[in-house]
Amino acid sequence: MKLVVLSGSNVGTKTRTAMDYTLGIVREKYPDADVALLDLAEYEIVFSDGRDYREYEGDTKFVTETIMNADAVLIGTPTFQASIPATLKNMFDLLPVNAFRDKVVGMLVTAGTAKHYLMAEQQLKPILAYMKAHVVPAYVFVEEKDFNRKAIVNDDVLFRMERLVEDTFAYAEAFAAIRKAKDAAYDF
Amino acid sequence: MANHPMEQYRMQPNTGIEFGLYSIGDHFPDPHTGTLVSAERRIREIIEAGKLADEAGLDVFALGESHQDHFATQAHSVILAAVAQATKRIKISSSVTVLSTADPVRVYEDFATLDLISGGRAEIVAGRGSRVGVYHLLGYDVRDYEELFEEKMDLLLQLNRESAVTWEGKFRAPLTGAKILPQPLNGSLPIWRAVGGTPASAIKAGYAGVPIMLAQLGGPAVSSKRTIDAYRETAKERGFDPAALPVAVTSLFYAAPDSQDAMREYYPHLNAGLQALHGTGYPKQQFAQAASVRDVMMMGSPQQIVEKLLHQYELFGHQRIMAQIDFGGIPFDKVARNIELIATEIMPAVKKYTAKPAAKEEVR
Repeated sequence: MKLVVLSGSNVGTKTRTAMDYTLGIVREKYPDADVALLDLAEYEIVFSDGRDYREYEGDTKFVTETIMNADAVLIGTPTFQASIPATLKNMFDLLPVNAFRDKVVGMLVTAGTAKHYLMAEQQLKPILAYMKAHVVPAYVFVEEKDFNRKAIVNDDVLFRMERLVEDTFAYAEAFAAIRKAKDAAYDF
Repeated sequence: MANHPMEQYRMQPNTGIEFGLYSIGDHFPDPHTGTLVSAERRIREIIEAGKLADEAGLDVFALGESHQDHFATQAHSVILAAVAQATKRIKISSSVTVLSTADPVRVYEDFATLDLISGGRAEIVAGRGSRVGVYHLLGYDVRDYEELFEEKMDLLLQLNRESAVTWEGKFRAPLTGAKILPQPLNGSLPIWRAVGGTPASAIKAGYAGVPIMLAQLGGPAVSSKRTIDAYRETAKERGFDPAALPVAVTSLFYAAPDSQDAMREYYPHLNAGLQALHGTGYPKQQFAQAASVRDVMMMGSPQQIVEKLLHQYELFGHQRIMAQIDFGGIPFDKVARNIELIATEIMPAVKKYTAKPAAKEEVR
């Protein structure tokens, strides 16, 4: 299975820290999985101008194609102005409408305060649903107080991350099996 | 019989719906075998398909331009000239001419010449193109997408109406009493507007009182009805008679004697073609639904396709069917078989159903 772990911000450290932990869990639990980490802070990505994603060049082409070739994506996002950052929204805008069809997407959200707890429900999930993702229902919410000097210090968060990783793999396998059985039933 | 109001577009709807073929010149490997023929052979086969369609009595053969990988007919008007030379009766059309990135004067010169070569069989279907690559390649700004097309379309229509053209616009040098030579055989060409996607583009065609060719890719036919209704309604509001404005409708097309064979043979072409063009294939579930008579995709046995075409005719009351018969690397022998099935089984049935009684009596 091809998994992309996406850190969706171009600034800050909390989301990347959380995604590094997530990546560690993936590598430990699923050593055979084909995993790529994409930290949007490390790439020069242009704004979407509506063209086919394969017609971009450089980092933009690389990052979009890596996501399109994945079976599952774990998206980490900070909370900016009660929503996802422009960096991440631009990534969605760069992709085609049905980009997440037949893909499973898990979510991890960081925020400065618990008041943003529903941001993922209200801002991120509708976009993923529109793009046809199978969204893992439970997500991980990590706030300021769960971090200490680039480390996650709340075991509850770490347990939740483990469950998110396991659920993402389980959903990806289940949906692949469903699709395989359904496609096999067609006579073409 | 009195002249039909659509005659200015060289249409005789009373004798039944027109049946045409079109290609955008796609140049893919055959997904069943992996074979990719040369661009030279592909172009020759397209000309040959035009010849077969003419001999089989089809009404229209059209070719489009797409300036990107996997296509071979960017110079579509040049290839259409070869088709005109190789054929006798069939109309020679475009599907589409990307007017936004062309000079309308040159387009008019080319197609007027084509009209003379073909003995009055040429027409233009002008569109905007659906890819940004052509704008970069030919030096236009895609931010002018709408304005480029509308200005150039207005000029193209003016060139068709007037013998000495005075014109000024943003995207081209002004014209002062310009004569465009040569002129088409009978002084003007049928000019259609290609529309797709949302009704917005069809509504603009209605404002201008221009015939439309509506591109249908997939999904229920009833969705297209809303677009066509909006087009006719707008034309009427603007003082044009919808009864004088022909409507053409396009579909992906693949016929085989047996419907299961048609689906088995066609799916890999559709899936591989869309994967290459858009980066996502065609889900099998949607393809299975496309077998329904209510879906626009013309895929199945001749009988199934006839039922689908008549279902659309009942909904749209259109005047022309345009079948895309070579999407996704369909080899030439299958293209030829499709033309034969159209000519022997499909077209006679839909023409019989759509001809008006008066015309039927005349034939008798």
